[in-house]
Amino acid sequence: MRLTQGQFSYLPDLTDAEIKQQGAYALEQGWSLAVEFTDDPHPRNTYWEMWGTPMFDLKDPAGLLFEVNECRKVHPDKYIKVLAFDSKKGFESIRMFFLVNRPAEEPGFDLVRSEGSGRAIHYTLRSYAAEHPAGERYRQRP
Amino acid sequence: MNKLVTPKITDAKKRFQSGVLQYKQMGYWAPDYEPKDSDILAVFRITPQDGVDPEEAAAAVAGESSTATWTVVWTDRLTDYSHYQAKAYRLDPVPGTPGQYFAYIAYDLDLFEEGSIANLTASIIGNVFGFKPLKALRLEDMRLPISYLKTFQGPPTGIVVERERLNCYGRPLLGATMKPKLGLSGRNYGRVVYEALMGGLDFTKDDENINSQPFMHWRDRYLYCMEGVNKAIARTGEMKGHYLNVTAATMEDMYERAEFAKELGSVIIMIDLVIGYTAIQSISKWARRNDMILHLHRAGHSTYTRQKNHGVSFRVIAKWMRMAGVDHIHAGTVVGKLEGDPNVIRGIYDTCRETDVPQNFQHGIFFDQPWASLKKMMPVASGGIHAGQMHQLITYLGEDVVLQFGGGTIGHPMGIQAGATANRVALEAIIKARNEGKDIWREGPQLLANAAKTCTPLRAALDTWKDVTFDYASTDSVDFVPTPVPAV
Repeated sequence: MRLTQGQFSYLPDLTDAEIKQQGAYALEQGWSLAVEFTDDPHPRNTYWEMWGTPMFDLKDPAGLLFEVNECRKVHPDKYIKVLAFDSKKGFESIRMFFLVNRPAEEPGFDLVRSEGSGRAIHYTLRSYAAEHPAGERYRQRP
Repeated sequence: MNKLVTPKITDAKKRFQSGVLQYKQMGYWAPDYEPKDSDILAVFRITPQDGVDPEEAAAAVAGESSTATWTVVWTDRLTDYSHYQAKAYRLDPVPGTPGQYFAYIAYDLDLFEEGSIANLTASIIGNVFGFKPLKALRLEDMRLPISYLKTFQGPPTGIVVERERLNCYGRPLLGATMKPKLGLSGRNYGRVVYEALMGGLDFTKDDENINSQPFMHWRDRYLYCMEGVNKAIARTGEMKGHYLNVTAATMEDMYERAEFAKELGSVIIMIDLVIGYTAIQSISKWARRNDMILHLHRAGHSTYTRQKNHGVSFRVIAKWMRMAGVDHIHAGTVVGKLEGDPNVIRGIYDTCRETDVPQNFQHGIFFDQPWASLKKMMPVASGGIHAGQMHQLITYLGEDVVLQFGGGTIGHPMGIQAGATANRVALEAIIKARNEGKDIWREGPQLLANAAKTCTPLRAALDTWKDVTFDYASTDSVDFVPTPVPAV
């Protein structure tokens, strides 16, 4: 499957130059950029691992691309996303979110149905990628 | 009411002699009155009957929407009556429209019950709209003071939290109303939901008149829709939802349906404007308690919002709905099949989404309106729009909006999933180009054509609907000349 979270997942993967352009747009708006990664893209997995703190004082979008590439070197088989945070009153939230890296294999999700009374069904979504024990998933690669 | 105009009577004995006085004489015309920050202000477009003095007509509107009756009553003297009288404080001829006037009226806060749209509207659009000396009357705009706004809950979720729940940022949300709107069985209906969400939409939607009819009862619909929603979530990894319409005959029925939607894990429910202000406020409180996004379909509004000379403008309805508390509100498309002048729509979108809306006559906004941290409503653009208009939609409507392509998804020649994908690709391509600094208004058609090179469904959508536009004159436009005298 192809995970379609984010602003641009239905388009061809962004090139490095395109990532920089999007970063430049965020900086023009006065937003702060951040990079996060995970091996578990469950849609309710809100807190991906932070690749450092948001880059509040970044001025040049080349800095974003540098961090994205550093993160890619360490986590080539993980999902990596770029976020833009807006601290303005009335928002104080995320304003941009797009993926910049995917694992070669995207195993997707299992939909578990548990049947209740009155035909009601409760649905549970499980990430195939998160089936391995955490100790194995987060072991440092040599 | 005769043409002879006399000023306000200040001598109490004369003022309260039994009989009939002009509204002006009773004190409802007060051109020297300075509105207080805590006053509720309204501007009406009045069309007095032939021979009726416009100032007297404005005073009559103030009187009939507050304390007055047709004759003098001595019981006024038991009250601090001048405090309770609404005051018409300003009257402007409508530019270019002889016989019509904008009448500004101030109401003291004590005239209203806290937190009740029903009470507010019972005065402001109550008996006064049938008042004989007026040919027509339209409520154009209102200024709600912060002190009054703070007695309302407002939207249960708001744009920011809705996006956080859906994990969707930086682009409009995409939706579609299920078609045909009537006649599908629950099982077939859920199929359309699944296909549309699987193709790339964030939301699908019940239509306003889908409740619990013989062809599809509500429980059946909810169960099949949630199967479609969850299956599409599992296949894409994205949060999605279907607006389950809980509109029903009684509040008890509505709560039952809302509870079932919650039990099934739906993130959103839906109501129709026709259920009434009190029912909307009730279900809004339920939605806040249960972390449910609340979608409002504005069914019925065009009966009173569309004609310029009589009724209530939609910008006022939008204000009341932000107070009553809904998260989504249908607010016009500009380019689609339904009524929508670009300036009027801009004023309505600002009313939904901004934390402070400054006076802007060109957009139909007569007053500064700070929103006192009431959450923001997500406007919904729906009705006769398609992928080929994406650059126009984003230019007019921005990114905090739900774009709903019903026919433009389900009518796609390659099927529903393809229709949804065409819309999603068009949307992402235009947002990406906008962020890259491209002029999407001019380059839009070329940008879409380029995106279609790697997306056959988009190519098919562009070819199928390339000439479809709804280019008719709006009936509700703004009467405005660019040198206004500031109000208040």
